[in-house]
Amino acid sequence: MNTVTPSAASDEVAIAISGMNKWYGQFHVLRDINLSVRRGERIVVCGPSGSGKSTMIRCINRLEEHQEGSIRVNGIELNNDLKNIDAIRRDVGMCFQHFNLFPHLTVLENCTLAPLWVRRISRQEAEATAMKYLERVKIPEQANKYPGQLSGGQQQRVAIARSLCMNPKIMLFDEPTSALDPEMIKEVLDVMVELADEGMTMICVTHEMGFARTVADRVIFMDAGQIIEENDPESFFNNPQSERTQLFLSQILEH
Amino acid sequence: MSESTQSKAVVNDTLIEARPAPSSATGPLRWLQDNLFGGWGNTLLTLLSLWLIWLVLPGALQWSLIDAVWTGGSDACRANPDGACWPFITQRWDQFLYGFYEESERWRVNLVLAGLFAGIAWLVWERAPARNLVGLFMLFGFPLLAYLFLYGVPALGLPVVSTDQWGGFMLTLVIALTGIVVSLPLGVVLALGRRSQMPVVRSLCIIFIEFWRGVPLITVLFMASVMFPLFLPDGVTVDQLLRAMVGVSLFASAYMAEVVRGGLQAISKGQYEGASSLGLGYWQSMRLVILPQALKIVIPGIVNTFIGLFKDTTLVLIIGLLDLLGMVQSALADAQWSIRSVPYTGYVFVGFVFWCSCYGMAIYSRRLEEKLNTGHSK
Ligand SMILES: Nc1ncnc2c1ncn2[C@@H]1O[C@H](COP(=O)(O)OP(=O)(O)OP(=O)(O)O)[C@@H](O)[C@H]1O
Ligand SMILES: [Mg+2]
Repeated sequence: MNTVTPSAASDEVAIAISGMNKWYGQFHVLRDINLSVRRGERIVVCGPSGSGKSTMIRCINRLEEHQEGSIRVNGIELNNDLKNIDAIRRDVGMCFQHFNLFPHLTVLENCTLAPLWVRRISRQEAEATAMKYLERVKIPEQANKYPGQLSGGQQQRVAIARSLCMNPKIMLFDEPTSALDPEMIKEVLDVMVELADEGMTMICVTHEMGFARTVADRVIFMDAGQIIEENDPESFFNNPQSERTQLFLSQILEH
Repeated sequence: MSESTQSKAVVNDTLIEARPAPSSATGPLRWLQDNLFGGWGNTLLTLLSLWLIWLVLPGALQWSLIDAVWTGGSDACRANPDGACWPFITQRWDQFLYGFYEESERWRVNLVLAGLFAGIAWLVWERAPARNLVGLFMLFGFPLLAYLFLYGVPALGLPVVSTDQWGGFMLTLVIALTGIVVSLPLGVVLALGRRSQMPVVRSLCIIFIEFWRGVPLITVLFMASVMFPLFLPDGVTVDQLLRAMVGVSLFASAYMAEVVRGGLQAISKGQYEGASSLGLGYWQSMRLVILPQALKIVIPGIVNTFIGLFKDTTLVLIIGLLDLLGMVQSALADAQWSIRSVPYTGYVFVGFVFWCSCYGMAIYSRRLEEKLNTGHSK
């Protein structure tokens, strides 16, 4: 993997989560989450299955609703105000484990849909932007195919391009490579590394530890709905403090 | 690579040329064997089917074509009651098509029908320009225009032809097409409402759907024709045909809602989340992402409902509206035509007309499915 220039994270706060709690019915899934992400910072979140990683990042663009505490994204408070939610979603892109491309639209249409209907830009401009980002993820030649005709790695790259077409200030990734065959993981990670290189604020849930080492400014370890440990990758991997982190790392680095 | 006796490696590096399949694998004989005579069970079924066809087909052809009366009038039919009596249809053709619509004004019906078929052809023809606009017009503008045109606008020199003069196949089309045009959008709205997060909206939709699904259409029509006027203040009347159309449309909407809901349920949560994460609002996600996929999945169900609706229009007969079946039925009462073969002929004719219309819809739905399926199936 290419090396990445150290992030030029500014002092400006992009995401500020404080005292956030969430329950699914009686199940306390997120417990007192405090996290502050500066603009340009790159965060990797890891932890065992069911620890609440997805739930946490899905709260950031309100795919899930939190019940206590506050989340501020780009200075906008996430509450029940639909205007705020819309404003935040316009600036926060998200990539999913299963891509969630729209199968009835071509790759190009997938990429232009939101710019056309949400940003209300002209079709010409939307298509030019879409082609720019498809070139960036190295699949401009697939623009007129349907998602079902592409490989998993290509689909995930389309999904990244689709998010980028909205010019997001923050990108969220929820295990973007865990549904992919090994030979496709690299092509997706390469795109993400490039994105990091350009200074995108990113939060990635991933178990790609190589990626975490090269790209992350900070690694966050979650277990049972809590943030257990938070450190720079050097110290996190070489000198984990918590017992649970050590156990997790020994399991995940074993193979 | 040289042959090696020691290593166990197997290497085939000569390219094998492609050959055509042997004739035993293709051709009509092979097709017969694969599809009709593969195994004794299949063979038995084939023979059984052939025997059934042999039983029915010659008789049917004999009656409807060979022994049939083609020309003349009722006298010719009376002389030959063992074959179909087609003059009954040809002589009454105008009535079957227009009902009691003023003869001098029937050109209006023809014009509307011509417009209808032109519109449908436009939509079916895939490379026609401005199909979206035409589609919208056919859905919203055309029905209104057609109604005004058929009913009449005295100010524009079109004398009124009141709806109790409408009848025959024209009336069948008016009721069925109104039902189709109303039930699809209303069904979509009801289906969305039934899945809504808002309890009031959801309950209202559930009550509406379950009410109309639970009541037989005949009851609905009776209620529309007998009970509905009781609720109106004195002196206010609502057209009988309009009442029937409203009843049929609401009835069909309830069924449509459930069909559409089935499609909505087949769409994964990821599609909703993908759309939300891009900033699309509820209605935008529905219109641009969810409904196009959901409706595509349930095309067979939608067309099934349309076909059911089309055939159910014959029930308006019982509230005194004379659709195609009603017209034929009343023509049978004519003493001049009380001949043994005439009722058979009439009903065969009605059945044939309905079958053609419904089968047409079925074919179109199949083509639409195939077309929408290309590319993104995996
Ligand atoms: N809609 C829901 N209703 C109830 N419980 C849920 C729901 N979604 C998730 N959970 C539970 O919340 C917990 C956290 O789920 P989450 O998906 O955030 O975990 P995760 O850390 O992303 O795990 P994985 O690595 O498997 O993706 C799990 O125990 C899960 O069973
Ligand atoms: Mg997860």
